Amino acid sequence: MSRAEVSPRATSEASSAGAGRTTWTAAVTRWVDGLVPKGQWLPDRQPVYVASWIYVFGVACLSSLVVIIVSGLVLTLGGVTWWHTSSFGHFVNSVHLWSVELFFATMVIHMWGKFFMASWRGNRGMTWATGALAFFGSLGTAFTGYLIQTNFDSQWISTQAKDGLNAAGIGAYFNVMNLGQMVLWHVSLLPLVVGGIVTVHVVLVRRRGVAPPIDATDPTADAGEKVAT
Amino acid sequence: MSRGTGGWGPTPDAHAFPTRRYDLVKEFVIALAVVSVLSVVAALVFSSPDEPAISLQQWARQAPSDVVATAAGELAGTTTSAGYGPPYNTASEGQSLGPVDLQSLPGVTQPVDPAKDLVLDPVRTLTSDAASSAAVRVWDAASADRQQAWASAYVDALAAAPDGDPAKVASGDYGPVPAIAAAELRLAESGSLEGLLTSRTSFFGVDSTKALLLLADGTHLEDAARAQNLGGDQWGIMNETGNYPGQPWLWLYSLWYQVPPFSTSDNADIAVWALMIVLSIGFVCIPWIPGLRTLPKHLGVHRLVWRTRR
Repeated sequence: MSRAEVSPRATSEASSAGAGRTTWTAAVTRWVDGLVPKGQWLPDRQPVYVASWIYVFGVACLSSLVVIIVSGLVLTLGGVTWWHTSSFGHFVNSVHLWSVELFFATMVIHMWGKFFMASWRGNRGMTWATGALAFFGSLGTAFTGYLIQTNFDSQWISTQAKDGLNAAGIGAYFNVMNLGQMVLWHVSLLPLVVGGIVTVHVVLVRRRGVAPPIDATDPTADAGEKVAT
Repeated sequence: MSRGTGGWGPTPDAHAFPTRRYDLVKEFVIALAVVSVLSVVAALVFSSPDEPAISLQQWARQAPSDVVATAAGELAGTTTSAGYGPPYNTASEGQSLGPVDLQSLPGVTQPVDPAKDLVLDPVRTLTSDAASSAAVRVWDAASADRQQAWASAYVDALAAAPDGDPAKVASGDYGPVPAIAAAELRLAESGSLEGLLTSRTSFFGVDSTKALLLLADGTHLEDAARAQNLGGDQWGIMNETGNYPGQPWLWLYSLWYQVPPFSTSDNADIAVWALMIVLSIGFVCIPWIPGLRTLPKHLGVHRLVWRTRR
């Protein structure tokens, strides 16, 4: 094949202007492009009012989640009971435990901060809701972690927790005394759910941007006009 | 461009504000490094709790009277499991919240007949033990009323005996119950009872339901837990063994179990669950709840964050 016969590669922009506009791929591309304003996926600038330590805790929470996932993945290598007999396994389990404690500590501070800042203003209700759902999903994930430790804590927590779950009709399908079921929920199902919710939450944060101060005025409005009460 | 949310009036668009340099990636990397170091240091300094599980063999060796009393209770239908209801059996309706009975709605999804599954079936495997085989045959041949009378009498006699010691039980008409309970104890002592309860229907014993139900029907597990302040009325839901933080994020759930009417209710579990579900939905829906969604404006804590923009 000679060079002259090679068709120039069409860019997605070019194809979207032509026949490609009707393809499913082009539709998905447009949808993804429209999720957040141009340049806001990973901006290197933030509004001037983003200048407080309270903003660090959302990122700290995400960082803790990374440590949780990595230490959890290492624990999966040896299996459910490995950490009882391996000093390295016990160390990794300890890292997993403390990263979970840090995760919840930073998440709770992050949530309280967002509450006091009323960060749901300006069409950010779903950002708050997905954050709250991520918190509750994390509670379930941590709880199943305690159930699969295969030690005394697991015995006691599962035999006590079953009563509340059974009373609510949940225990009929979510058996906290079934180790096999709890292992799969903890290492697969719930992390996927929490990961999905967190992803939506982060996309919404990038889409709307960081909520302005409660008494902020619109910088594009006429000078001195106050738009927020 | 402005956007509005109920109760707040229009809120300026975040993207319309002047900006300052902010390195998100650098912030994330530093946070990841700090969290990693903190986790590793905490792991090295504090480690993590790992109190070994109580095996049924340990239970038999440390509290043999409790094993015998529990086995007799399963036969008499007086244990927690025997009278539980859904999802294990139909012995009761379980808990309800007024007319709402969520516990019964799904029915029996994990069938457990405590007398048969936790005691008789395991004891039946002792085919080389003539005494226990004969005892089970006598039990099987008796009427339900007779079985109940034997087992209840033995449960009462054990409760009245010094230290619950089966050797000190007053003589009475207990039928084959003492022999069956003693056989259960021997199975537990030998270490084979766990396997009979968890792997009887599957080579792969990954479902501990029956073994845990039996263990929890005794008093040994609870005694060990209460000794470590893990009882439900000791905030045990959020605690764990040793001097570790446990699950402090469950503090509100644990709180209700400490106060009336929950602490004195027979339906405490469903009542607490219902309350927590309502509160959780409310928490998720704060942005849409009048009064609550504008509360931060009146609290004024936001002024600590945005000091220069009053």
